[in-house]
Amino acid sequence: MQLPKNVASLTLKPFYIGFVAFSSICVLWGILVISYEINEKIFPGPVAVFGSYWQLMTDGSLLKHTVASLYRVTVGFYLAAMLGIPLGIALGRIIVARNILNPLIQFLRPISPLAWIPLAMLWFGIGDKPAIFLIFLSCFFPLVVATTIAVGSINQVYFQVAANFNFSRADVLFKVIIPAIFPDLVTALRLTVSIAWLVVVAAEMIAVQSGLGFLILDSRNALRMDYVMVAMIVIGVIGLLLDFIVQQLGKGEASEWKSVR
Amino acid sequence: MGHIILDNLRKEYVERRGDRRAFQDREVIGDKTIVLDGIDLEFNEGELVAILGPSGCGKSTMLRIMAGFDKPTSGKVFVNGAEIVKPSSDSVFVFQHDGLLPWMTVWQNMELGLNHISCKDEQTERVMEYLDMVELTGFENKYPHQLSGGMKRRAELARALVVNPDMLMMDEPFTGLDFLTHMKMREEVVNMHEFLGKTMIMITHFIDDALTMADRVVVLSDRPAKTKMVRVLDVQRPRNIEKDPLLHELRDEIYLMLGVSYVV
Repeated sequence: MQLPKNVASLTLKPFYIGFVAFSSICVLWGILVISYEINEKIFPGPVAVFGSYWQLMTDGSLLKHTVASLYRVTVGFYLAAMLGIPLGIALGRIIVARNILNPLIQFLRPISPLAWIPLAMLWFGIGDKPAIFLIFLSCFFPLVVATTIAVGSINQVYFQVAANFNFSRADVLFKVIIPAIFPDLVTALRLTVSIAWLVVVAAEMIAVQSGLGFLILDSRNALRMDYVMVAMIVIGVIGLLLDFIVQQLGKGEASEWKSVR
Repeated sequence: MGHIILDNLRKEYVERRGDRRAFQDREVIGDKTIVLDGIDLEFNEGELVAILGPSGCGKSTMLRIMAGFDKPTSGKVFVNGAEIVKPSSDSVFVFQHDGLLPWMTVWQNMELGLNHISCKDEQTERVMEYLDMVELTGFENKYPHQLSGGMKRRAELARALVVNPDMLMMDEPFTGLDFLTHMKMREEVVNMHEFLGKTMIMITHFIDDALTMADRVVVLSDRPAKTKMVRVLDVQRPRNIEKDPLLHELRDEIYLMLGVSYVV
């Protein structure tokens, strides 16, 4: 039996299948709002939201807020990666360091970044800094833990090979440890970039006058649920894009060896 | 240069599973497992020695100590007169399971031990030479996962040989290969041994491998391992176990020694 051509192409391209779910949700949403005659002030329909989106787009405020949020996420996320991954590698390799620092990390890790808001505001004042600090905190600990575990699970044979061929410490780091943990690292980065994006919205509800989180808070105060929904949708779309970008990191030859196993 | 002496080598593992409350006699907590019990052996330069023994008897432990990966509880290993304390590229280990770094191509793997050669052309020449020897020319840009089991083994052998080590330590190098590849690898190792004249120490659980390939066969006893038999095989290669009464007899003897009487 042969599948009809269009079905075959659908199964081959999950990209389109993703769109099916999105458009059905939009249609359902529209039907729901129209058929139950829900007050647009409480639950705006897709048409109204798209109109507001256009409005925010054309006056430039949506772009301004998006860029502000992305800037904070980027800085916080990079800082966390720059400090967290090397620390994770060190903890994975040096047992003494792990024994000393691991309890502290496991103690700090479950404290929600949001609990740090009062201190963050006190220490960094208002503006970008406290938000960046919160994003850093939310990404740093998961990255340290994931890197430590990844380093710990490297096959010992590879270190023996390294010792056998008289590798220098730098060789062990760049030829064994980093390539060995790279695929796991990409997974960890994918998870943390979405955490960062989650936290930025919360962080922007305090201490700043810009960003998508601020847009939501400000619109709520003005009872503009359509703007709130525009901000939510933009957050979702950008989250999708961030995940996609980080995922691309793991698509190269450097990760292929692991996916085959 | 590739002369090895094992002097009264002993290795124990302590399993820490004892009762934690019995702290007063900390010394006795855990069961001591004696793996190697006073092994004295000598390996001559250029010799191909096969080590046989029951599964789990400590063959691999012994080889790992000889390569410097593991430390003996007591006793010493001397290589060319100097005590071995850490791994070095003088004696390259061929691992039981994949020892190729999976994120590097065959070529990159082969270059691992060649850092000391500064001349790039010389490096390239060496790698090409040994790739050719194991018939992997054309596969140099493939990753290990793109190769078959036999090709991986050959690549690892080539990687070991390209650094021109004095000694080659092979831990069950043919395990997991199909029958024909196994036979070909046998031939390849013997040819390399005769051609390069390196000291090669090979752990195997195939008795026929030992009898067809080795200059000398060492049989270890069950744990704690002692040397049970050392026999020089002064037989011309290529050998045929079935047609050579000496080898045939020896095979039966080893089978019995290892506790298998059915095949004899």
